[in-house]
Amino acid sequence: MNLLDTLLQGVLLGGLYALFAAGLSLVFGIMRLVNLAHGDLIVLAAFVILVLVSTLGLNPFLAALIAAPLMFAAGWLLQFHLLNRTLGKDMMPPLLVTFGLSIVIQNGLLEGFTADSRRVSAGWLETASVPLGPINAGVMPILTFASAILIIVALNQLIYRTSVGRAFRATSDDPVTAGLMGIRPQSIFALATGLAMVVVTIAALYLGTRANFDPTSGPARLIYAFEAVIIGGLGSLWGTLAGGIILGVAQTLGASINPEWQILAGHLAFLLVLLFKPRGLFPRAVD
Amino acid sequence: MALIETRALKAFYGDFQALFGVDITLEQGETIAIIGANGAGKTTLMRSISGVLRNDPGSILYRDEAIGALAAPDVMGRGIAMVPEGRRLFPSLSVEENLLVGNYGRKVAGPWNLEAIYGLFPILKERRHKPSTALSGGQQQMVAIGRALMSNPEVLLCDEISLGLAPVVVRDIYAAFPRIRETGAAIVIVEQDIAQALKVADRIYCMMEGRITLTGKSGDLHRDAIHKAYFGADGHEPA
Amino acid sequence: MTVLSRQAFSVETRTKASSVFAIVAGLIVLLAIAAPFIVSRGTIQNLFFILTMLVLAQCWNLLAGYAGLISVGQQLFVGCGAYAMFAVVTLAGLDPLIAILAAGVFAGLVAVPTAFFTFRLYGPYFAIGTWVIAEVGRLVFAQWKALGGGTGTSLPREAIRHMAGIDFLKAASGMKSAQAGDALTYWLALILVVASIGFFYWLLRSKQGLGLAAVRDNEQAARAVGVDARRMKALVYLVTAFITGIAGALIYVQKQRISPDAAFSLLDWTAYVIFIVVIGGIGTIEGPIVGVIVFFLLQNLLADYGSWYLLILGTIAISTMLFAPKGLWGLFSSRTGIQLFPVRRILKVGTPDISNSQDIKGGPHG
Repeated sequence: MNLLDTLLQGVLLGGLYALFAAGLSLVFGIMRLVNLAHGDLIVLAAFVILVLVSTLGLNPFLAALIAAPLMFAAGWLLQFHLLNRTLGKDMMPPLLVTFGLSIVIQNGLLEGFTADSRRVSAGWLETASVPLGPINAGVMPILTFASAILIIVALNQLIYRTSVGRAFRATSDDPVTAGLMGIRPQSIFALATGLAMVVVTIAALYLGTRANFDPTSGPARLIYAFEAVIIGGLGSLWGTLAGGIILGVAQTLGASINPEWQILAGHLAFLLVLLFKPRGLFPRAVD
Repeated sequence: MALIETRALKAFYGDFQALFGVDITLEQGETIAIIGANGAGKTTLMRSISGVLRNDPGSILYRDEAIGALAAPDVMGRGIAMVPEGRRLFPSLSVEENLLVGNYGRKVAGPWNLEAIYGLFPILKERRHKPSTALSGGQQQMVAIGRALMSNPEVLLCDEISLGLAPVVVRDIYAAFPRIRETGAAIVIVEQDIAQALKVADRIYCMMEGRITLTGKSGDLHRDAIHKAYFGADGHEPA
Repeated sequence: MTVLSRQAFSVETRTKASSVFAIVAGLIVLLAIAAPFIVSRGTIQNLFFILTMLVLAQCWNLLAGYAGLISVGQQLFVGCGAYAMFAVVTLAGLDPLIAILAAGVFAGLVAVPTAFFTFRLYGPYFAIGTWVIAEVGRLVFAQWKALGGGTGTSLPREAIRHMAGIDFLKAASGMKSAQAGDALTYWLALILVVASIGFFYWLLRSKQGLGLAAVRDNEQAARAVGVDARRMKALVYLVTAFITGIAGALIYVQKQRISPDAAFSLLDWTAYVIFIVVIGGIGTIEGPIVGVIVFFLLQNLLADYGSWYLLILGTIAISTMLFAPKGLWGLFSSRTGIQLFPVRRILKVGTPDISNSQDIKGGPHG
């Protein structure tokens, strides 16, 4: 039980959780919508990648590149035609509709793919490792973490330095006045969800290559994403990364004591943060 | 052909009727003022024209096109920009970002761009990167006007821009209006301050309880007539 | 001299339809009590399922439709109640009936720290928070080796055989042990349904209920008129946890076998419940009743179709939420104006009281 190794694993795992959470965070920031089907959409994307890999014999990274625009379109359509109808003052419709969506996606996948456990093969990368001082770190976990950082940098650039980003923030502030600027909130929301689905696809790539998944794996991913967002604090993508890291480290530490305690340890860390810092460790959002 | 024309414009908030058949016109290049007490329907009229409220298609015409039922982004794209009541700047955006978002839906060549707005309201240039909420009321009003001008509109709608501002600040803001008129935009201002309205507008419409009660050139109207149209037959001076 | 005419105002909730319904409901309950002697054991088991799902649905409806607390973690209380019952019966050797009551109390106690944590979260994050805590419950109870750990355990046969009342029932009716057991749990479920619906109806007609409806509609405004929103919500959360715990314990007395995944199942105790309430109609007592009947019919219709069943159920729930947000009962009620459990206050204006006044003249406004 090398403590350093455990900590490193935890930090790198945090990168995966940050990827799960980034899409959730983006959508909530812009339209105050939490998509309870978020985890199931990650699993859906993983299955899309799986199909592309197994039928076209593609490398998983290439498959993810092809899956990304497909998921973007799916997200755009989902938001524009379905979820936009639920937005409003009442928070019940989006919650219940996305909950129903979660069940529908899970069972649709069960029908299409059976309950068998799957894995996307990344070939030699899966076992490759790189020495970092006294310990070895897997290449895939490092790639995952690096991707998380890249995505967060890219999203922040988008939100704070582009015209579209200004439109996102303006719509989040005041959709009616945004309309006076020529911004169409319905389209902006659809764009945001589409973008979130691209991030979800990248998360799915690393999920699918790292561990087994099946149609019912969605809810657990949603919970990890949610915990990372709450620990880190609403409104800040870097906070979400920090939240993911804390969650990941808590889980690996718990696992090192007793493998059965991995997930529970994560939940306990989440509850501790909730107890002492209900707004998260690095909150930024003005609610 | 009038630039903007409303025909028997009605407006409802649910079951509550706010406008009862309003007819106004706006000609190219002119400035008109809509005056009236609180609740007279002035802001409702602005919201109807700008597309925030949806009305019968034919009840609002822009260059003879029926725009009554269009949504705000479509109206704005045609060249009608609004400075909303209460300014409504975006708190998440800086001063400069608020200005930049003004032409999101309409990017046409014209006299107004970032530099020109800073030329009109120099104080904003100093504060360009500050959050818009950190500015004084008068400065925020300047940002709101500048934001609307960024789209190089044909028509500028200004809803109660003097509200909550000290008289000297109001004077400064209206001092910028001649420059705006020079560039050819037609302007509609909504005002509770009758004196200011008479000073800056070519023609006046007075509203009361959702109807036009008086209209005419600002020079031609008598104080008594305005008073009656503003407050009603048995009205009295406000405290 | 003008005297203000005295008029009698009264606030009532009773309507003609509800008075008729009260009689009909009474008859139905009487029939239901007699059921174990009339219908087959299989039917009693189905009725038990319907009744327990109805209790869970009424609880969720009170939480979401009245207190504005949308929980996807009620399975926490089902599981805690079930495990508490198992612990009391298996480890303490007490009668299941006592265990069921203890289960309710335990669930109510668990609700205290749960509320403490989850009330720190708002809106959709509250929902997921309740889910996380339910997961914690599942994982914690999976560690309890004495009750079977991750794989679960069964109730000792003796405990069920000699449940209070079974021997009497067997002697009186000639039923075998298993059938008598089913009848007993069925009656308990019936009592639970009648008691909880009665309690909820009383609550909604009371002053507290009015405050609750105010909180649901506009929490800030409710606070402004002095309603203690937080306390109200917490109380509702605790009470529904208690009832849900009892229901959970009862369900597992009947099932006799427990495992953490089953007792804390999101699907069985939350997803199905949400679908029942949404399709039946959120925010009314009649809604869940309609919903549970529709749900039972659908389940029988589509039982052989595996995942398609849930797919269709989910799609129906989504469509209902989008196009008929008040559910089936809401559609019916708004068309006909009928309310069977009316909670809306109606202001009834009586005739003027002229017996004591000398002169009644109207003022300038009549």
